[in-house]
Amino acid sequence: MTAAVEITGVTKRFDDVVAVDDIDLTIADGEFFAMLGPSGCGKTTTLRMIAGLEFPTEGSLQIFGEEVGTLPPNKRPVNTVFQNYALFPHMNLLENVGFGLKMKGVAKQEATQRALAAIELVQLGGMEKRRPNQLSGGQQQRVALARALVNEPKVLLLDEPLGALDLKLRQEMQGELKSLQRDLGVSFVFVTHDQEEALTMSDRIAVMDQGKLLQVGTPEEIYERPANRFVADFIGQTNLLEGTVADAMTVVLENGTRVAAASDHAAGTKVALSLRPERAKLAPRDIAPSDGAGIDGTVAGITYLGNALVYRVALDWMEVEVRDENRPNADRLTAGDAVRVTWEPGAVAVVAE
Amino acid sequence: MTAAATPEFEVANERNKRRRGLLMALPAYVYLILFFALPLIIVVVYSFATRNRFGGTDLSGWNLEAYAKLGEPIVRDILFRSLWLAIITTVICLLFAYPFAYFLATRSQVVRNLMLVFVMIPFWSNFLVRNYAWRVLLGNDGPVSRLTETIGLGETTILFTPTAVVLGLVYGFLPFMILPLYASIERMDWSLIEASRDLGATGLQTFRSVTFPLSLPGVIAGSILVFIPSLGAYVTPEILGGAKTTLLGSYIVTQFLTARNWPVGASVSTVLMVVMLAATLVYFRKGGRTL
Repeated sequence: MTAAVEITGVTKRFDDVVAVDDIDLTIADGEFFAMLGPSGCGKTTTLRMIAGLEFPTEGSLQIFGEEVGTLPPNKRPVNTVFQNYALFPHMNLLENVGFGLKMKGVAKQEATQRALAAIELVQLGGMEKRRPNQLSGGQQQRVALARALVNEPKVLLLDEPLGALDLKLRQEMQGELKSLQRDLGVSFVFVTHDQEEALTMSDRIAVMDQGKLLQVGTPEEIYERPANRFVADFIGQTNLLEGTVADAMTVVLENGTRVAAASDHAAGTKVALSLRPERAKLAPRDIAPSDGAGIDGTVAGITYLGNALVYRVALDWMEVEVRDENRPNADRLTAGDAVRVTWEPGAVAVVAE
Repeated sequence: MTAAATPEFEVANERNKRRRGLLMALPAYVYLILFFALPLIIVVVYSFATRNRFGGTDLSGWNLEAYAKLGEPIVRDILFRSLWLAIITTVICLLFAYPFAYFLATRSQVVRNLMLVFVMIPFWSNFLVRNYAWRVLLGNDGPVSRLTETIGLGETTILFTPTAVVLGLVYGFLPFMILPLYASIERMDWSLIEASRDLGATGLQTFRSVTFPLSLPGVIAGSILVFIPSLGAYVTPEILGGAKTTLLGSYIVTQFLTARNWPVGASVSTVLMVVMLAATLVYFRKGGRTL
């Protein structure tokens, strides 16, 4: 099967600044693909290159097998939902949605029909005559979506489309976007800096930082087996315990504790153990760890989250966070309690720089 | 604070605020009434008066004779010629200014500021002097004429023609077109242009259906700022136009000072003001809404 988008060795430079640094990326047809990273990591620039709003400095960019390198945006089978929606303020909702069809010379009657159907699809029926400034943020978002989808793009590009919405609306739209994508079967390429959003919605995620592509994988792969320290730290919460690889099965932590952890790094490599707060457990010190490992510490503080409790545990050389479900009748620990932080084998990931 | 006291306090506060505002605006109000509104009313009043045999004006016996004179071929021709030249000047200014303003709005901040200074530089010298400069340039053995002769196009004879007047007006009023256009284009959300291209519009389609409509407030503002002074222009037509191209401004001056027919001068002035007022209203209705 031809890939929807095939990026090979693409670099984008703005004067002296390298925005995107030699990335290779394949996005499959019908996939919900997220590009995740902090602001300035190059994810938006990559999206804009697919859209044709920027041209790559080097490399090849193909959409369904066709090289599009320097093709202008109007000649590409993709459409974009812009970050600030970019709705035309001098046109009403119907004119906004019908814009693309009109530009391509679709007959007026058919264009109106298709635009109305798209408006119906995003549940804005009856508002055709309104101007963008008479719509709420969530409604504008839907108009932007309808305006792009009405052109039946082969790939839909979304640039932080939910960034401007409040939490409740954002979660609602996440669900809607996801089911819309499933129904249409079109590839969605979704740019976001929100790791939770990326994990919830995507089939696959590309994590970027400083113009480089760090890891591409399913949400599970990225969360469970982060490719490096940055990915482990950026996706979800984690404790990074510094150490050195002793052999293929062992890592020695800073304080000398030997911990069983499989890695393929050479002995002597500086690494960190990524221990997710929800994977760590607290046990009394007198119980020996069954397997895996244990480090002694003292409870330094407790944060009550409602559905969970987060313990800050002071170790000899650093502090770690341990998350515990808020179960009834569970023995609550208090600050000052002597504890042992334990985890099951395989619960940690070894990451290098 | 009791519940009942709050609205009263707010009402009093609002009233005081209004009074303070009025007090601060008072000098400007007085000035405008004395030196702007009053003379205007006098002009309108005189336009309904009668000229007596000695060149004076009788303020009794109101009539519309002065306005009837506007229908006479000579005056009508002057009126239409002025309108025509003002329209041509406006259109030429628009054609020159739009690409320039667009170019300006897409440059870096440093380049923009520098070029805006260049646009403003002519204002630093006297309008009259600049018009005389054109007379020298366009004159019989002026540089322009000599240049066209050298390249074999013959002598340039546009001085004292309507062409010279339009040239002078465009030169004089171009900045008034550039500045509002620049302001409205510069303020435009560029992602709208990207969205248009993304939705399949070509560059030309984008200009027609997005860029231009969105810059319309600037187009209207600039057009009115050029059209109004062009319509009533006096200095430029006097210096560059010669005797054959009498325009409204000159005609009014002649009526007041030479022909000593104040009612006719006043009536032409009144008509001119009405046209300008109408143009301004259009601006506020069309341009003001989207501003």
